[in-house]
Amino acid sequence: MAEAAAQLVAEHDPTSEIMTLQMGPSHPATHGTIKFTLTLDGERILNCETEIGYLHRGFEKMCEQRTWNHCVPYTDRLNYASPLINNVAFALTAEQLLDVEVPERCQYIRVIMSEISRITDHLTCLGMAATEAGAISVGFYMMESRETLYDLVSAVTGARLTVSYARVGGVTQDLPNDFATRVRTAFADMRRILDDCDKLLSKNRIFIDRMSGVGTISQEDAISYSLTGPLLRATGVSYDVRKAQPYLVYDRFDFDVPTGTQGDNYDRFSIRFEELKQSMHIIEQALNGIPNGPIRIDDPHITLPEKKDVYGNIEGLMNHFKLVIEGVKIPPGEAFGSVEGANGELSFYLVSDGSGRPYRVRVRGPSFFGMAAMGHMLQGHLISDIITTFGMINMIGGECDR
Amino acid sequence: MAEADILSQIETAFPGKIQEQHSLHGNATIVIDRADALEVLGELRGNADFAFNLLIDLTAADFFGKEPRFEVVYHLHSLTHNHRIRVKIRLPEDEPQTPSISALWKSANWLEREVWDMFGISFSGHPDLRRILMYEEFRGHPLRKDYPVNKRQPLVEERDPITNPWSKG
Repeated sequence: MAEAAAQLVAEHDPTSEIMTLQMGPSHPATHGTIKFTLTLDGERILNCETEIGYLHRGFEKMCEQRTWNHCVPYTDRLNYASPLINNVAFALTAEQLLDVEVPERCQYIRVIMSEISRITDHLTCLGMAATEAGAISVGFYMMESRETLYDLVSAVTGARLTVSYARVGGVTQDLPNDFATRVRTAFADMRRILDDCDKLLSKNRIFIDRMSGVGTISQEDAISYSLTGPLLRATGVSYDVRKAQPYLVYDRFDFDVPTGTQGDNYDRFSIRFEELKQSMHIIEQALNGIPNGPIRIDDPHITLPEKKDVYGNIEGLMNHFKLVIEGVKIPPGEAFGSVEGANGELSFYLVSDGSGRPYRVRVRGPSFFGMAAMGHMLQGHLISDIITTFGMINMIGGECDR
Repeated sequence: MAEADILSQIETAFPGKIQEQHSLHGNATIVIDRADALEVLGELRGNADFAFNLLIDLTAADFFGKEPRFEVVYHLHSLTHNHRIRVKIRLPEDEPQTPSISALWKSANWLEREVWDMFGISFSGHPDLRRILMYEEFRGHPLRKDYPVNKRQPLVEERDPITNPWSKG
């Protein structure tokens, strides 16, 4: 009897069968709405089908109904971990269509705010990845550090997340007077916290075992999958839009582009960790070099008049009215503008027909490409590796599904 | 390489295949025929002089009311030479179809699925052309200009919370 039972168990050994498992769309360990259809041999992943689109809100269609500046709040909701970079990218591309350049002070402000956003994005990504790998203290430390930066962002823009800070032709408001001092205090705190996190993780056996050699992709495949940002740099390609095609005033600053060698999760983690320090370095240089001057273009066809003119004279009032109701009249044409987003190249492809509303808005979010490559990265790895790989791709639903 | 140089080099490399070329706002652009798509894009990627190895973006635009109605737009970047090019293919309204380049770039697989989903442009030779952002039951292609912006296609019937609240009390 016992022998027959043993035989039965051997025949129906669950680990000997190929199994299909649905993971998601709402899974507590994946901070994003996404569905994986896994084909498993035991715990080993034979195939991973990724399904996206759960957060599709029709961003591109919505933008076609609004004036150019009305699109800026929508861009906040693309990569909501670094909304300022999205704002800047959109405004830069629209200015490319207008053939104008914003004043120097505005360019510096945009650089500073983009880099702050890059830091908050990386802190979110790294903190969450560490938490999911079991190092919850690191998650808390990084969130604490991010909070001080959100305070800075809200002092400048008035909001923590939905900032809507950039406009076509400038930014909404100037930096507060004590901004430089507050940034330096925040960075001193952050460097201390990052040192702690570094000690907790970089030589931690458990963490290295979870990250190293996991989610590997070769350089050739990474290029074929159009990966950019930390994912591509982890394979050893030193491609950073800030260096390759400098925009704003990035060519004036001294910073390194860290690269990896293995193309695995540990490299992606280290690169982001190093980029935190590089971004702080850029911000400090920018704060030292920032000139005084206007923060938006002085052109009544593009930017709103001063409030005292709106309330004080009829020309100002009409100018304000026309710009708000009809929008900036951008001449017909098309432009493709790229910036280095936190997770890779973020590009806008804008087509204008001259009507004051965009004819076509297309956003190329880096998450989309990372998710396309995820099935390839996971082949042969274990179920638990999905979590760390997903964390290191740092898929942001708003930008992936638009 | 400056944009003008790239354009003239491409012109010599593909005699008679470049229908139109221009450079606007710092973006060099060429327009090709869909019959030459695989050849020209493959050569742009493979030829060491161009080496456009990174497919930055693949998207489309709908110029409703004009003919040809659709434009498929490819943005290529060369990691070796650090230059860029935009390639366009114009497609007529009655036959929106062009060859798939998913054999050249793996990322084209999802990008072409998205263009199919949003614009209804089909890619011949694509291994798995199905919707990606919208759900399977969805009718129509939302980014076409003749798709009404307010149209709703809920999978589960929508409930008006005012006329039909959960609790009547």
